[in-house]
Amino acid sequence: MAPEIKDLEVKDAAGRTLDGIESAEVQGQEEMMGEKLILNMGPSHPSTHGVLRIILELDGEIITKASPDVGYLHRGDEKIAENMTYNQFVPYTDRLDYLAPLANNVAYALAVEKLMGIDKQLPERGQYIRVICCELARISAHLLGLGAFAMDVGALTVFLHTFTEREKIYNLCESLTGARFTTSFTRIGGIARDLPDGWVDQCRKFLEEVEFNFDETETLLTRNRIFVDRTQGVGILPRDIAIDYGITGPNLRGSGVEHDLRKSNPYLVYPELDFEVPVGTKGDSYDRYLVRMEEMRQSAKIIRQCLDKLPGGPVSIDDGKTVLPPKDKVLSSMEELIHQFMLVTQGVNVPSGEVYFGAENPKGELGFYIHSIGGGTPNRMKIRAPSFVNLSVLPYLLKGEMMSDVVAILGSIDFVMGESDR
Amino acid sequence: MNPSQKEIGYNTKVEGDVIVTKVDAVLNWFRKNSLWPMPMGLACCAIELMAAGSSRFDISRFGSEVMRFSPRQSDLMIVAGTVTYKMALALRRIYDQMAEPKWVIAMGACASTGGMYRSYSVLQGVDKIVPVNVYVAGCPPRPEALLDALMKLQKQVAKEPLIRTHKAPKPDALSGVHVK
Amino acid sequence: MSDASIEKTSKLANDLKTKFGDLLSEIHEFRGECTLVVNDNAKIAEICNYAKSELGFDCLTDLSGVDHLGEEPRFSVVYELYGLTSKAYLRLKVLVEEENCEVPSVTKIWKTADWHEREAYDMMGIRFTNHPDLRRILMWEGYPYFPLRKDFPLEGKETELPDIAFTEKAPMEGGPFVTSPGQPHTTLREPRARTIE
Repeated sequence: MAPEIKDLEVKDAAGRTLDGIESAEVQGQEEMMGEKLILNMGPSHPSTHGVLRIILELDGEIITKASPDVGYLHRGDEKIAENMTYNQFVPYTDRLDYLAPLANNVAYALAVEKLMGIDKQLPERGQYIRVICCELARISAHLLGLGAFAMDVGALTVFLHTFTEREKIYNLCESLTGARFTTSFTRIGGIARDLPDGWVDQCRKFLEEVEFNFDETETLLTRNRIFVDRTQGVGILPRDIAIDYGITGPNLRGSGVEHDLRKSNPYLVYPELDFEVPVGTKGDSYDRYLVRMEEMRQSAKIIRQCLDKLPGGPVSIDDGKTVLPPKDKVLSSMEELIHQFMLVTQGVNVPSGEVYFGAENPKGELGFYIHSIGGGTPNRMKIRAPSFVNLSVLPYLLKGEMMSDVVAILGSIDFVMGESDR
Repeated sequence: MNPSQKEIGYNTKVEGDVIVTKVDAVLNWFRKNSLWPMPMGLACCAIELMAAGSSRFDISRFGSEVMRFSPRQSDLMIVAGTVTYKMALALRRIYDQMAEPKWVIAMGACASTGGMYRSYSVLQGVDKIVPVNVYVAGCPPRPEALLDALMKLQKQVAKEPLIRTHKAPKPDALSGVHVK
Repeated sequence: MSDASIEKTSKLANDLKTKFGDLLSEIHEFRGECTLVVNDNAKIAEICNYAKSELGFDCLTDLSGVDHLGEEPRFSVVYELYGLTSKAYLRLKVLVEEENCEVPSVTKIWKTADWHEREAYDMMGIRFTNHPDLRRILMWEGYPYFPLRKDFPLEGKETELPDIAFTEKAPMEGGPFVTSPGQPHTTLREPRARTIE
């Protein structure tokens, strides 16, 4: 059936097919359009970052329906949380968004501290170190997100460059926490240990090198004809749809909504830091890429300010009932020994109540809803994962796009399955 | 010294351009130096797998540069990450599609034994559905550990006999398979 | 959280309470957040609609189901609302009984509720009426249990479903040794092997 050809409007083949589909649906003549192809973009696919399965219904090259199938990495974190004390759950939070584990640790610790009511009592030094960790994690996650996005779109070199910078972040994390990633660094009431000697200088040196790498990535991608053609106008997410679907993070900011939890509901020492929040205009994949690029630069600026302002002092709360006492006191004094025993076996004694805390993670708003009936284990811990919510917009985003744009759209949404499935 | 390493008794004056050795040794030498992995990157270990493939740790020195995501074109499956029961079916299907000879490295604690996730939805070790050649410990293992596992696998490959009689798989290796 | 935002949250919660009167319980404030319990489950959609259109709560940040095994009613569904202009969080709760495990869906108000409600159904078994497509999302279609309920063990139960998937029980080696939350005395809180009664 021929679509209506308006006089002054010449559409290409893809546009005419889309018109045909829409008008056929309106007139109820779907069966005349021929059979649609059901394509399974399976859980093991090089461009779905992790194990995501999308069932696509194709009409030629145009996607008419897309339904994502998540749950291939569902490990039962929320049920495990009901069987662990609050400090024992910290390694599980690492593996939620495994590209930025430090940020997850900080968000979780802040949620539990808010429930206990001690979030205002954290010492300044501990707060600054937590902010430095969050922003390092943000740079690390965006580097990999952009590297994988570029690799999927075809620019392989960018991936290798960004991975080299990530190795430098891994070196910093290793000297600070002991592990390359999956750091498990924060504890309830503070952090595990203080900065080692010389770490501040290493960090400053890293910041100089990484800014050079940002410029390099920009020259490779931002005005690259092929990259721009593949991402501009692709996957446009309008502003009100983004808010309605609960999208947060760089995806929301790419659609023009100026919302950043570090500015609107600030936590830690963010009110004292000076940074800007980049906001896109059109909401397509190119805008999301630009937002992430600029966010990395702002993160570097934040880390510099923190390193300059870093005060001395303790890093954790000085309360035996919350934070493990120093080992030499434990081995010599009775009260500290009892505190150590209680904290390790029973965990921190948290009052009953419920609290929700959302932090600005690299992927969006990572929220923890903790419902406690007292004692050392939570009654219910719900993890509000940004990637889970960001993926729910895929049926809207992919409808009407061409098959070859799917990869660009998936890369620009930048989700992580470990977080989405928990 | 291992008698199999004495195959190449080579005297240029007598033999010229001819090397006398066993077919096994030559074929295994080809195979072990060009193991093409199929990365089954499921969770956090996939990031360390990618790091092993990038410039600092460079898996391509071992001949494994070509990370083919197609099972038909690869001979080594690196299971990196937690295998859930929902994913187990897909994983077994992909393993079945690989052509012989094929090997499996179970990378990380989650792939080896289920790791720290003892819950209702996690398969407690990928060796319940596929036979594993090398287990790598760590959560996640460092890329150097993965490269060490690759080297151990290369030693295993070097010792394989040419004629592999098709025996029925041992009962304990695949006892948990429920795939029809 | 700054004091200004606590005031704004209380003001918005008070607005909601004055509009709906007896349908909502008293405002419960804890750690700077306001929680309201909805007394009549059927009216949750109306309340949410008012909250979105009049009070500016245009984001549904989270929707979760909670199992209080041993209390009546057994389940509760928690809605976490957020306003982009007011920058305030508000929590609404709905109590759901075990026999009549149904709550009206708020998918028409916020599209993001679609996936959250599917997850609550998958994990807890709470059904949402008028949901466009209520099926399992994290476990596979046909899994017979609801994993996050308190009477379901952590190691899982064996299922044998041909052509879909299989599960086995994870080895617990004596059970997870965990403290009992809510016990007043420290000796009662000492970790014991937790089993399902």
